[in-house]
Amino acid sequence: MSNATRIGTEPSKTARWIILVIVGLVFAIPIISMIEFTFRVGPAGGYTVDHWTALFDPANARNYRDLFQSIGNSFILAAVTVAIVLVVLLPTMILVHLQFPRLRRVLEFICIVPITVPAIVLVVGLAPVYSVVVKVFGGSIWTLAFAYGITVLPYAYRSIQANLDAVPVVTLSEAARSLGAGWLSVLGRVLLPNLRRGVLAAAFISVAVVLGEFTIASLLNRRNLQTALLQVSQSDPWVAVILALLSLLFAFVLLLLIGRLGSLGRGKETTP
Amino acid sequence: MTSSIPVAPTIAPTIAPDSGATVELVGVVKNFGAHRALNEIDLRIAPGEFVALLGPSGCGKTTALRALSGLELIDGGRILIDGVDVASVPTNKRDMGMVFQSYSLFPHMTAIENVEFGLRMRKVATAERRTRALEALEMVGLTTFAERFAHQLSGGQQQRVALARALVTRPRVLLLDEPLSALDAKVRVQLRDEIRRIQTELGITTVFVTHDQEEALAVADRVAVMRDGVIEQIGTPEELYTTPRTPFVANFVGLSNRLAGEHSKGTVTVQGARLELLGDPLPDGPVTAYVRPEDITFAARGIAATVVSSSFLGSLRRTQVRLADDTLLSIQHEVETRPQPGELVHLKLRGVPVSAVVRS
Repeated sequence: MSNATRIGTEPSKTARWIILVIVGLVFAIPIISMIEFTFRVGPAGGYTVDHWTALFDPANARNYRDLFQSIGNSFILAAVTVAIVLVVLLPTMILVHLQFPRLRRVLEFICIVPITVPAIVLVVGLAPVYSVVVKVFGGSIWTLAFAYGITVLPYAYRSIQANLDAVPVVTLSEAARSLGAGWLSVLGRVLLPNLRRGVLAAAFISVAVVLGEFTIASLLNRRNLQTALLQVSQSDPWVAVILALLSLLFAFVLLLLIGRLGSLGRGKETTP
Repeated sequence: MTSSIPVAPTIAPTIAPDSGATVELVGVVKNFGAHRALNEIDLRIAPGEFVALLGPSGCGKTTALRALSGLELIDGGRILIDGVDVASVPTNKRDMGMVFQSYSLFPHMTAIENVEFGLRMRKVATAERRTRALEALEMVGLTTFAERFAHQLSGGQQQRVALARALVTRPRVLLLDEPLSALDAKVRVQLRDEIRRIQTELGITTVFVTHDQEEALAVADRVAVMRDGVIEQIGTPEELYTTPRTPFVANFVGLSNRLAGEHSKGTVTVQGARLELLGDPLPDGPVTAYVRPEDITFAARGIAATVVSSSFLGSLRRTQVRLADDTLLSIQHEVETRPQPGELVHLKLRGVPVSAVVRS
């Protein structure tokens, strides 16, 4: 072994390809099967594009009204959740980083905890809370975002923290203050532009998590994309699979964007 | 790239402040928990004066500077700028330019946008902002780099931009927190001299923090040597070097040999030489005297020593010798004398005053 810090030996080229193909098949087979399924005429066989065109046919709009409303709900929830991340989590993290560095471990612990609590357990605790929430804010769908704001904490925290650690936040804000900037200018003109990547990544991943959420919405009797998918799959399996594919594609695009943001940043940091 | 920078023209009139401000620290105290970082510091800086705060890490020099800038709030005492107490004025209202040790340019802005930042905060109109920022960049010889981002500039260039950024708002005081410590030796000397030139032309009151005694002696009008949160001695570089008031200063400023001696009524006898005692009076008895390498010379007769090593330092040579009692000494002398390791030599002490401390 040439590299002392490495544990075990590197797999050979063939082994790597075998692993890649197996892992690739695990992901590809279900997706390809889903795509194939959406073009089937019925159990008997034969292919058609009718299922795709039917979904977007204005004539069927009434049938799918609930479904599209649920999709709308999911997007509203995603937007409110992102707003919670930006308005509550981000300023808290910056404040702790700059003024209360001793609280960093505490904040990290609090933000990571939700990942260890299963959604079903969370709901048991949330049910009585939501009986109060409904009294205060009414039963609108967006209130579910309070719960989602908690479930996305670990992901959003990680994205923002990585960016905070990579930027000399303290020195930059001290420099800005010595040049006459108040705290709002420090935040808006100096810190946020340099935390853009982490904040965008946190927002995208929050959207992806919210669009894929089923357990909490279902158990609290709310309608979102995932609960609607389950419902519609009982009457029209093709539509359910088509929508599942589309949401998969959407999440995939979001993750690609996050990856792209990361690599752009790396390119910029290299000094000539 | 920095070596190609031309000698900058005289400072543009819009950057020159009306005059430097008087800076006074009166009994300033700063605690970090149980640790007292500044222990009743008193310091008065005249308008346009360049003062260096010098000391080992943890001596409180950076804390003193940060207290001046408002980045640290003090626990006692007063900070006066032109006679006005600013101790409770927040940093962004204190009107002091600051250059930091680590690179502090805003990474998402170009050099000129960085320089314009302070003017933008003061709501200066766009056209005037541009003109003044360009003048400030011209002052540090970087007009051609105006549109570059920080990551496209060398370390020395980044600190030049930071200097322009700190000066463009015509602050009352310029604070420099070890601005050269991250740079290469050559760039460091170059930028050090340039800072001094710009400071002299602007006449701006300047406080410069450093742990490098050579840097402090080369650049400052007066140097304050700090230790454990107090100013041990303040004086011109020459005063500190020739008449250190305490052994700590003698040791920290320049090189000093420690030699065993006897003290009696203001006279220290070291290796047969009778030397005048510097600084505060000492009780009679055994002492350790601090003798500069250039105050020891080779002689035909005198203190016997064996040459250990000798290094060529360009304009002079420094030779290590060992005395009979195993004391190691550094001697500084002209390059033409080339002592060989193992060679037996004789030494003599020059009759200059020395500082000393009681030997236990």
